[in-house]
Amino acid sequence: MKRQIPLFITFFVGTLLIFSVFIPPMETLGENFTLFFDIIAVFAFFLGAGNLVRVHVSKLRKRKADWGFSIVTLIGFGFMLFVGLLKIGNPGGIAADVTAPGSWFQEMFNYVINPLQSTMYALLAFFVASASYRAFRAKNREATILLMAAFVILLGRTPLGMMLTAWIPDSLSIFQIPNMAVWIMNSFNLAGQRAILIGISLGVVAMSLRLILGVERTYLGGDDSG
Amino acid sequence: MLVAGIILVLTVIAYLAKVVGGFEGVQFSPTVSVIVVILLAASLLWILVLTLKGRLIGRRVVFLYVGIAVSLPLFMSISQKIVISPETQQLYDAISELPSGAKVLVSFDYDPPSAPELQPMAEAFLYYCFTHDFKVIVIGLWPQGPQQANLAIDKLLALPEIEAKNLQYGIDYVNLGYQAGNEFVIQRMGGSFESMFPTDYSGHPYSDLELVRNIRNFSNIDYSFNLSAGYPGTQEWVQVAVDRYGLSMGGGNTAVQAPMMYTYLQAGQLAGLLGGMNGAAEFEKLVGREDKGTRFMLSQSFAHMVVIAFILIGNVAFIVGGRKKKL
Repeated sequence: MKRQIPLFITFFVGTLLIFSVFIPPMETLGENFTLFFDIIAVFAFFLGAGNLVRVHVSKLRKRKADWGFSIVTLIGFGFMLFVGLLKIGNPGGIAADVTAPGSWFQEMFNYVINPLQSTMYALLAFFVASASYRAFRAKNREATILLMAAFVILLGRTPLGMMLTAWIPDSLSIFQIPNMAVWIMNSFNLAGQRAILIGISLGVVAMSLRLILGVERTYLGGDDSG
Repeated sequence: MLVAGIILVLTVIAYLAKVVGGFEGVQFSPTVSVIVVILLAASLLWILVLTLKGRLIGRRVVFLYVGIAVSLPLFMSISQKIVISPETQQLYDAISELPSGAKVLVSFDYDPPSAPELQPMAEAFLYYCFTHDFKVIVIGLWPQGPQQANLAIDKLLALPEIEAKNLQYGIDYVNLGYQAGNEFVIQRMGGSFESMFPTDYSGHPYSDLELVRNIRNFSNIDYSFNLSAGYPGTQEWVQVAVDRYGLSMGGGNTAVQAPMMYTYLQAGQLAGLLGGMNGAAEFEKLVGREDKGTRFMLSQSFAHMVVIAFILIGNVAFIVGGRKKKL
């Protein structure tokens, strides 16, 4: 029973949702079922927050590597929760919008979260450049073709590409770097992306059928994979 | 420690520049700008010569060059010719056909890390909407999306030409806020917007908002624009809202994600696409308001050139070093 009930629920809900796509009268039923996702998501938020605290408290207690960062995480988490729940600094008080101008929650977003996250992402530019310098090699024919395509896209995606090849006459405009970039994106990139997308979609269909029919059981836990 | 110290000093300078405002007038003349470019190119050539002699540079030098390539162009008075790509033109054509008063749904599915690329797109798109009297409905499938939307709207509302229109919240534009549930939110919106957004971002009931009161689902929306930095994003909007409910939609994506959207673009499921900062700059040119996207493109062009230069130098080192030497 411990396994049969979840298997039955999976089969029932999965089949129902498939039918709801193809049978118009059942469409509303399918949409209503998606509400369950929201309900589960609410619990996931609590679980996520609880898990975050548990993991970092445990790291602190055991003085694991980089435990200092756990202190920062916990203080940040606690502080945002505190100012958000109590709406500290909010001009309209506890009943007003949590992100009203002047509220600490909004100030933290504008002056701490926003610049910090942007900085983290911006650092990628440095690492991409360094990694390209050290690892992007014309080791063989395939790697050389990849390298050439990368050059064309890098230049073609900036006005510089046009500047460098503006002298090419219109009759040979296909050899202008931006046009070559468009050609690569619309032919090779498109074909590759579409192949990947179709492959993934077929995989999703196959995996969904395995789940609905009870062939795939690893989500139930334990070693029984079906 | 030295690098950390330099970064700290630069950060303090940047902060003072923003707060005090003393650096606003700092702008290189065209001659100085060209000299800086020549010096940069010459130093890269010198590194190439050193590499040919077998003297390899460390990765800190690469970091330094990327930093220079990104920051110095912000002070240069060099303009670049922005060429409009077909996908950007397609998006512009799609919104050009909309009548005054058209209802446009804009989904902000990104957070601050992607803002440098997507915020200029958001501002340019909303600018076009506001100046052409479209009714704008904002939502977010990412928690910080609606806040990004507010940043863009507040900035635009302060512009004299927009201020003159005296746009009213709830009548001309509305922010319905964030809703968890990813593609399930889109699916539910296909049936009823109100079921997913019973209140707006500030807690006003859906039925009290004049703009959306009579909007039931996607069939009442004339055009949709999705700003996306990942999942959930344009792909999910196409798969659910476009395919199942026939929504007309355009996308604004980060440069990393944009190549994946060409399949939908060619299939006609996307009515236009803005890819990365280049897409933002192109769109700014089309709407006639050149702002951050255009200004930052110079930095991106320089950064691309530096990356290309270092890839070439790295390959020279690889060949000179007998295809064995590691950097």
